[in-house]
Amino acid sequence: MELLLAIMTGVLYAAGLYMILRRSLVKLIIGLIIISNGANLLIFLLGRITKGHPPIIPEDAKMFSEIYADPVPQALILTAIVISFGLQSFAIILVKRAYKVVNTDDIDKMNATDEEV
Amino acid sequence: MMQQVVTYPLLFQLLLSIILMFVWRRIDLQRIISICGSLVGVALSGWLFFHVWTNGTQTVQAASWDAPFGITFVADTLAATLVLLTSISGLAVSSYSSASVIPARLRFGYFPIFHFLLLGLIGAFLTGDIFNLYVWFEIIIISSFVLITLGGEKPQIEGAVKYFTLNILASIIFLTAIAVMYGLTGSLNMADLAVIVPKLENRGLVEVAAILFLIGFGIKSAVFPLYFWLPASYHTPPSAVSAIFGGLLTKVGVYALIRIFTLIFLDDILLDDILLIIAVLTLFSGAIGALVQKNVRKVFSYLIICHIGFMIAGLGMFTEAAIAGAIFYLIHDIIVKTNLFMISGVIYRIKGTINIKSLGGLYEKYPKLSLLIAIPFFSLIGIPPLSGFWPKISLILAGLDTNNYIVIGGIIFASLLTLIVIARVWSEVFWKNPVKLPKREHFLYFEDMTNLRKVQFIAPVVFLTLVSLYIGFGAEHIQQISSRIAGELLNHGEYIKAVMPKS
Amino acid sequence: MKTIILRTASNYLLPILLLFSIFILLRGHYLPGGGFVGGLIASIAFVLHAFANGLKDTKKLLKFHPGYLMPAGLALSFLSGLLPVVGFDEPFMTGLWLHHPLPVIGSIGTALFFDIGVYLVVQGVTLTIIFTISESA
Repeated sequence: MELLLAIMTGVLYAAGLYMILRRSLVKLIIGLIIISNGANLLIFLLGRITKGHPPIIPEDAKMFSEIYADPVPQALILTAIVISFGLQSFAIILVKRAYKVVNTDDIDKMNATDEEV
Repeated sequence: MMQQVVTYPLLFQLLLSIILMFVWRRIDLQRIISICGSLVGVALSGWLFFHVWTNGTQTVQAASWDAPFGITFVADTLAATLVLLTSISGLAVSSYSSASVIPARLRFGYFPIFHFLLLGLIGAFLTGDIFNLYVWFEIIIISSFVLITLGGEKPQIEGAVKYFTLNILASIIFLTAIAVMYGLTGSLNMADLAVIVPKLENRGLVEVAAILFLIGFGIKSAVFPLYFWLPASYHTPPSAVSAIFGGLLTKVGVYALIRIFTLIFLDDILLDDILLIIAVLTLFSGAIGALVQKNVRKVFSYLIICHIGFMIAGLGMFTEAAIAGAIFYLIHDIIVKTNLFMISGVIYRIKGTINIKSLGGLYEKYPKLSLLIAIPFFSLIGIPPLSGFWPKISLILAGLDTNNYIVIGGIIFASLLTLIVIARVWSEVFWKNPVKLPKREHFLYFEDMTNLRKVQFIAPVVFLTLVSLYIGFGAEHIQQISSRIAGELLNHGEYIKAVMPKS
Repeated sequence: MKTIILRTASNYLLPILLLFSIFILLRGHYLPGGGFVGGLIASIAFVLHAFANGLKDTKKLLKFHPGYLMPAGLALSFLSGLLPVVGFDEPFMTGLWLHHPLPVIGSIGTALFFDIGVYLVVQGVTLTIIFTISESA
């Protein structure tokens, strides 16, 4: 399981970076989405995968009696997913605006910032 | 009540932006709330600073979960100083933007988002938890994306795409670094990490994490090979937005670098060497970039990059004197860079353009204003006894102590080139004979502003100039503050004890 | 997408999904659920309604711009976090609980109000984003 996840993380990072390096704006966004999924998977993987119960102490006990899964990586991933949800929706709107204003999907044609105004 | 004072500046900015969101459409009301609120914010940050100055490092365990399990807010002298500086710049830019940003942009929620940006900045300075730092960084970049695209002109959108991509990539790298750290240590609290990391066996992976942090924060603070997004985007938004970006956004990256590399990753000769090389190359490339630009705001953008090099150099030399110099430079830089971009906006509102070739004759027409603008220019160059001079001296002395002659060379070279660049800007914009420019339609010229707006427009420049004069002439106090900060950073036992009193 | 089946179904699904989202919101303290998921489910209810009946009808149904849910929710969360600071000199967001649980709802504490705030903010953000995208398309 760990090995599979590790390979998957590597594939996601590689695919994401490759897509970011393409010239199309849409592929840029897809690349960012893929690479942030890779990062989430990495947190999950590095938080140690354990088959265990939820980390809630039963009412009649004072401490854990069984193996429990570490809740922190899940909390981190949830936060990261929420943040990337906001960022990605902003990115999509931005790309749409950019496409309307610049009238092209090609990143190499976006050089108004280098012109002398 | 005194214990909770750590979170007051933070909570107040959040309160302010919530109130501003409720009056989304009423921009006149927003202007008043923003300026008055920023004044209160400065007062609260000042209170926090004096509290920390007299009583030492203060902590608040959010939600009463003790460290290292909960999120801790830590106000040591560095954090308190930066929070105070953020509030001061925030006050200046708040007043400045109520005059200079056109109502069409203000109507899209400029002020609420501006205060969200300040909230993110203050949170990033105060937090003692590394994942929480990531969250504050995201709050900063989301608000800055909105501010940079507000208005939606063509260069702005294109600049935003570049800014956006690189900053998200930096965040993802930062997140990867956090994942590696968590996998290694099982902790996210920075003080706890400072205890655990030196004991780890797996030094190779620690090195990897350190490099990942360096790249992530390096993109955000715009150091040598990673800075290309900055000159492509910082000149596109309104000058009020550039002012807060130029003054504070890259400095958060520098702050994070200083915090991480003085607290968690220590005694790493490879890293110090990398930092020094990066610093020198940043100094060179930023200065040379500034030399060839024709847009005043682009010149200033390259100067931001160039001067980041001073702080990284101070961190790389890693002696108490060098870090004190870097902190002093950070304090000076926040105020002066904010002021510079506001000045570029003043020039823009007077002339209607920002290109050096078509500017000129400002001194003839506005002699008093030009003399006022000369002061921040001189402090930027570092003419004694103005504010830029003292930290450079400390850095050069620290370089002599550690035999880093190339760094000294870089610092002197960058200072000289800054002098040349500013002299060129000065002679082209202020002394050259005026160039006839066509009147622009639908453009808010400085002369057409009402008197109240003129005051709101110029007063922040005067205010920040006075602050930077104080930093120059009261250098003794600032030196005292920065040496105390350097002392605290290098002996981080006190920080750890403040966060986790039981250990 | 204006088929009669979807439209009829969405009219029934809207209240059921909203009720379900509140159920998810309330059970979220110890069980899977909470403000974020609840908010997403509630906004999906409105999005489904918009799919079936068109954006105009959904807006008429809502009566106010969903953007206003953001400051309202933020204010609620903020105040529930601020209460321990102002009233009890405890750190920000410290949980305060009523001693006796109420019938049906259970124990009431500041965490519940924080979660309701999150619920509102998530709805506000999601609906604003989706409405903006579909309006400009």
